Amino acid sequence: MEERPYHSVRLAKELCKGCTNCLKHCPTEAIRVRGGRAHILDTHCIDCGECIRVCENHAKIAETDHFSMIRQFKYAIALPAPTLYGQFRGLQNPEYVIEALRCIGFADVFEVARGADVVTRAIREKLKQPDLPKPLISSACPAVVRLIQVRFPDLLDNVVDIRQPMEVAANIAKTEFIKKNNCKPEDVGCFFITPCPAKMTAIRRPLGQKKSDVDGAISILEIYGQLLPYVEKMMNDPSYRPATKYGVAWSTSDGEANAVCPENSLSVDGINNVIRVLEEVENYKLTDLTYFEGNACLGGCVGGPLTFENNYVAKNTIRQMVSRMPEIHPDKDIPTSILNKYPMKNDDEVLPRDAIKLDDDMAVAMKKMTTMNEIIERLPGYDCGSCGSPTCRTFAEDIVRGYCTEMDCIHIARVKIKDMAKQMLEIAQTERS
Amino acid sequence: MEPLYTGSYHVAKDDYTSAGHASADIKRQLKQIGVSGDVLRRVAVASYEVELNLVIHSLGGDLTLNVYPGLVELISSDIGPGIPDLKMAMKEGYSTASEMARSLGFGAGMGLPNMKRNADDFDIKSTVGVGTTITMGFHLA
Repeated sequence: MEERPYHSVRLAKELCKGCTNCLKHCPTEAIRVRGGRAHILDTHCIDCGECIRVCENHAKIAETDHFSMIRQFKYAIALPAPTLYGQFRGLQNPEYVIEALRCIGFADVFEVARGADVVTRAIREKLKQPDLPKPLISSACPAVVRLIQVRFPDLLDNVVDIRQPMEVAANIAKTEFIKKNNCKPEDVGCFFITPCPAKMTAIRRPLGQKKSDVDGAISILEIYGQLLPYVEKMMNDPSYRPATKYGVAWSTSDGEANAVCPENSLSVDGINNVIRVLEEVENYKLTDLTYFEGNACLGGCVGGPLTFENNYVAKNTIRQMVSRMPEIHPDKDIPTSILNKYPMKNDDEVLPRDAIKLDDDMAVAMKKMTTMNEIIERLPGYDCGSCGSPTCRTFAEDIVRGYCTEMDCIHIARVKIKDMAKQMLEIAQTERS
Repeated sequence: MEPLYTGSYHVAKDDYTSAGHASADIKRQLKQIGVSGDVLRRVAVASYEVELNLVIHSLGGDLTLNVYPGLVELISSDIGPGIPDLKMAMKEGYSTASEMARSLGFGAGMGLPNMKRNADDFDIKSTVGVGTTITMGFHLA
């Protein structure tokens, strides 16, 4: 059963001025401005957060869970995305951040980078199988997986069916904590510290899993300020075995590809770049490629809209930290016993989300397409966005879908009004004579 | 029989900057019509190859997309120069691409063979001094 779509990316109605900034930047043409404010099309939105970045009025927001939600559980476990480490300039060791998370109220911390180590191992085991689709596409960025659902449904078979690092981390963290502390499962809550809204959506509406093992997502922006004093205080005294450098590097573009398949992989960051390369994958142009890592955000997760530090500085912080970490690959660090002990594979199918087809009936779709092309011929082609649709082509599409009429185009309306005024003048003059 | 849907693109000689636009648009339109899966991808590959052939080898031509019940048809029709030896032209690895095309990474001699491989029906007619017409059919499941 298809659930009502949930999206973390929302509109703060009172702040929206109805301008065209988000309209023009949405990579999936999921925004329309109608009645003086933006509307997000549930069917098209992939929660990439591009609109949050470009909105001058801060009217595009990401819904995440409030920090106080951790009190709903007797024990709250923090699952920090490795991107969190990149927020603290000069950070030598992830351990300070992990300690700081304990200081602000988490009972325990499990690094998502550790989850990434386990997932690295699981994917590398999978890559040993014969007859895999080429390239295998990473499922780590939920915005990219949703993009594939919406725009490249034929590539869904290429998407790797291994769970996200966040999910694997949550499952291991919970299981270990319950065992160690002999407590009830319902007393333990796992909270992902998230750089982006797409992960929040992936928790509420999981991709490839029936139910997420994560109980909530708290944005990096929300707790950065609380963590900072603790991290600064502790920047001396390492005594903890962290995730490997490979797991930590998953936070930046190429980190995953380098861990999973350095021999023959491609990593692409920035949602529009990802779209361009997926078009080529769809056209069988990259069939000699083994692994594809796509990140919706520039620079990878460090470029997430809910991060504090700018992505270039954060990337540098991660790179420096990683360069000081010992050279241990997850192949050595993660025993296969872990892969068998915890669920690695998806337990649900990732289905296409059909937002492209003009109609389920192909004959009707073709009629609509023909009408659409005729309308495009009549439109000025300015792509100005004044009608509320991002381009003249999408406007024509919106007309055939029945969402608006040609008179919503101010340029067409102006010509019509001019004609009408001329006719009225003619009528007026006829009456006088 | 009249096609249920038709779209046409002019492709200019040596226009490398726009090369690929027509085939990208064909793919987008077919997706909107509801063509998907293997057929969509085969049309995408073949339309790209045929578009590039128009840019590289022809003096300019038109690429037409026709959709009939159960069939997608691509017709490329150019105004010359025509292919003197069709048998050679269909051979894998044989190419008469210019230095310019080769410097851009084209001219591997796989264009026509790739079209033939991806289309369910393939027909090519050429007259030197007149032009070449390629007709490809793709069966909808």
